[in-house]
Amino acid sequence: MTDLLKEYVPIVIFLAIATGMAAAMLLASYIVARQKPDSEKLSAYECGFEAFDDARSQFDVRFYLVAILFIIFDLEVAFLFPWAVALGDIGVFGFWSMILFLGILTVGFIYEWRKGALEWE
Amino acid sequence: MMVQAIAFYVFAGVTIASAAMVIGSRNPVHSVLFLILAFFNSAGLFVLMGAEFLAMTLVIVYVGAVAVLFLFVVMMLDINFVKLRQGFLQYLPIGGLIGLVLIVELLMVVSGWVVSPAGLKTAAINSQAIDGVSNTLALGRLIYTEYVYLFQASGLILLIAMLGAIVLTLRQREGVKRQRITDQLDRKPEDSVEIIDVKTGSGV
Amino acid sequence: MNSFVDLLISLPELFLVLTAMGMMVAGVYTSAGKAYTLISNAAVLSLFGAIGLVLFAKTGTTLAFNDLFINDGFAQYIKIILLLAAALVILIGDRAVRKIKIAHFEYPILIIFATIGMMLMVSANDLMSLYVGLELQSLALYVVAALNRDSLRSSEAGLKYFVLGALSSGMLLYGCSLIYGYAGTTSFTGLETAVAGASNISLGLLTGLVFLIVGLAFKVAAVPFHMWTPDVYEGAPTPVTAFFAAAPKVASMALFVRITMGPFQGMADQWQQIIIVLSILSMVLAALAAISQTNIKRLMAYSSIGHAGYALIGLGAGTKQGTTAILIYLAIYIVMVIGTFACILCMKRKGNSVEQINDLAGLGKSHPAIAAALLLFMFSMAGIPPLAGFFGKLYIFLAAIEAELYSLAVIGVLSSVVGSFYYLRIVKVMYFDNLSDELDSVTGKRISVIISLCALTILLFFLSPSLLVDSASTAASVLFEK
Repeated sequence: MTDLLKEYVPIVIFLAIATGMAAAMLLASYIVARQKPDSEKLSAYECGFEAFDDARSQFDVRFYLVAILFIIFDLEVAFLFPWAVALGDIGVFGFWSMILFLGILTVGFIYEWRKGALEWE
Repeated sequence: MMVQAIAFYVFAGVTIASAAMVIGSRNPVHSVLFLILAFFNSAGLFVLMGAEFLAMTLVIVYVGAVAVLFLFVVMMLDINFVKLRQGFLQYLPIGGLIGLVLIVELLMVVSGWVVSPAGLKTAAINSQAIDGVSNTLALGRLIYTEYVYLFQASGLILLIAMLGAIVLTLRQREGVKRQRITDQLDRKPEDSVEIIDVKTGSGV
Repeated sequence: MNSFVDLLISLPELFLVLTAMGMMVAGVYTSAGKAYTLISNAAVLSLFGAIGLVLFAKTGTTLAFNDLFINDGFAQYIKIILLLAAALVILIGDRAVRKIKIAHFEYPILIIFATIGMMLMVSANDLMSLYVGLELQSLALYVVAALNRDSLRSSEAGLKYFVLGALSSGMLLYGCSLIYGYAGTTSFTGLETAVAGASNISLGLLTGLVFLIVGLAFKVAAVPFHMWTPDVYEGAPTPVTAFFAAAPKVASMALFVRITMGPFQGMADQWQQIIIVLSILSMVLAALAAISQTNIKRLMAYSSIGHAGYALIGLGAGTKQGTTAILIYLAIYIVMVIGTFACILCMKRKGNSVEQINDLAGLGKSHPAIAAALLLFMFSMAGIPPLAGFFGKLYIFLAAIEAELYSLAVIGVLSSVVGSFYYLRIVKVMYFDNLSDELDSVTGKRISVIISLCALTILLFFLSPSLLVDSASTAASVLFEK
């Protein structure tokens, strides 16, 4: 267990340095720079006008469709990692079991392609 | 061991705190960002337990894809979240009271909690770690052969998810001009070109 | 590798999966106008084909896929009911689906996928395969609930069903992980020995089992986990509601039986009390709450909650007789529900479907045939002899008395008396209230055939109850011979 965790020490050091530097830069500019905020300085600047509406604008539902299709294929890829690692051990059966799995999703892919879910118009 | 314990408490503490902020923060976009933080820290917890593959999958799938989806959903909804939360304070006392009662009850149950030695023994038999095998490899050896049935069934679940997402959200818009490649390729010279014999001196 | 034998054991499921995927591809390659007709016919055919495969499969208990999958007489009995229900629902819903413009070819495919999920649930021999089957079923059902996406109520029904269904799946999964943690195995066979061998039941295992039961109670809509039912039944498109009331209920109840009578047989004293409480609450609440309903789909929701309560009596008995009674009850229930919903689907005014009970006024004069069939189904649901519903209840109550659960049987009888009030109210509205606006007289040929078949089954069941009773008792005995 601890052997496994030792492998992660470089990552921890890397993360510590990254966060440390980011924090240092932010803090330094906060402390060193002169700041005199007032309401006009803090308000959003839009060509001299008052902001017309909320910066958050509504997205199209198509973004959602693309995102969910992405998740599905992302999960499919997640299954490929252990398969690739263990392919030597699991033999022909393991190989074809993955091909079958990919086949199922290919049916889905044909469906969504023909359905026009991949087109943006 | 000490470092491991500290790391555990840091990860666990940040996970719980950011989970609380997911429901607590006013801005829904901040909620999603806190959710991402919670995912990252749970991945850290998985690593501490030695489940590397799960940790990486959590980062790839949840942070990489699910959180993005959540952001889309938040941006898609036209909901005034401030208004939505107005009842929150009103119901807080009653909700808090019920929560408190539940916690007390749970504590009373858990304080009498004993793990049966037989259960520990069987659990130990089934979860022996094999030396020199990374857990991605260990999973790989099982999923595709021993659990092939569950593997293919999860493939079917993904297929239904795909089908469902398309059925529920895909709309064919009217009056949009699309490029239809097969139609373009199908087109023959006879359909589009007409050869007319024009006599010299006269027009068409 | 004996994988070829495994495939043979799961042949009906395999067949359905392949045909469903074939239909997905065929559907997108057919022009939009024809796709639905083609695919729904193909779906009905493949469901009947699967029934054939189940019927002609080898009898006897066989395990497959490293003991994750079990095929036995019990699973076969339930699978036939499920497949029949799915096929009939597609048939009776045909016109209504076209009318409310949800005639996408995906609808029958989703119904088939839901049915496959239910078949996997019924054949589960491991907590993991149980969960995977359950998710396969639920995911397809969430989508069909929201299928009419232009209707606010349908979307709301889909969302409610999804949120509460996800919650219940979470509870079930939490229960499974506790059970795995404390028993050290997920396999039903392993759990059975672990539970039977333990000198005292550990609290963790018990907590896990309670969570598992709560998750399943959500799925069968037993009180107090029924809150989603009326809203979802009302909001979902009527053909979909018919499916919800029929198939998932039977599958979840079968899973309930499989789990409690199988791996957790040794903890009968513990789960019996929970089941009895669930059963009493469901029967009483459903009988009382249904009285004030004005929408017939909501009424059917409460009716289905009540029926879940009666079926749970048989489970509470915990005996072979009780299990037989559940199996008989479920088969009769399916026929009644499909028949009733077929009648509801026939009710249309100027082409729009009507759902209020008051709209039925004068049905006895304007549509004597449908009114007579509905009368039969209502009487049968109320449990009036000599109709089939009476026998269903009779076997259940007999099992309860045999197991010396007298108070449970008495409460059951009392609540079925109260419950008969609302069934009879429909009959009263049909025959004795003044004619409201005339309902359309057009009904499909298929739907009339199905209504009359269901009505005849209900009416003539008493001539030879042994047909059903025998097969139910052989199916039930599988779980007890070990």
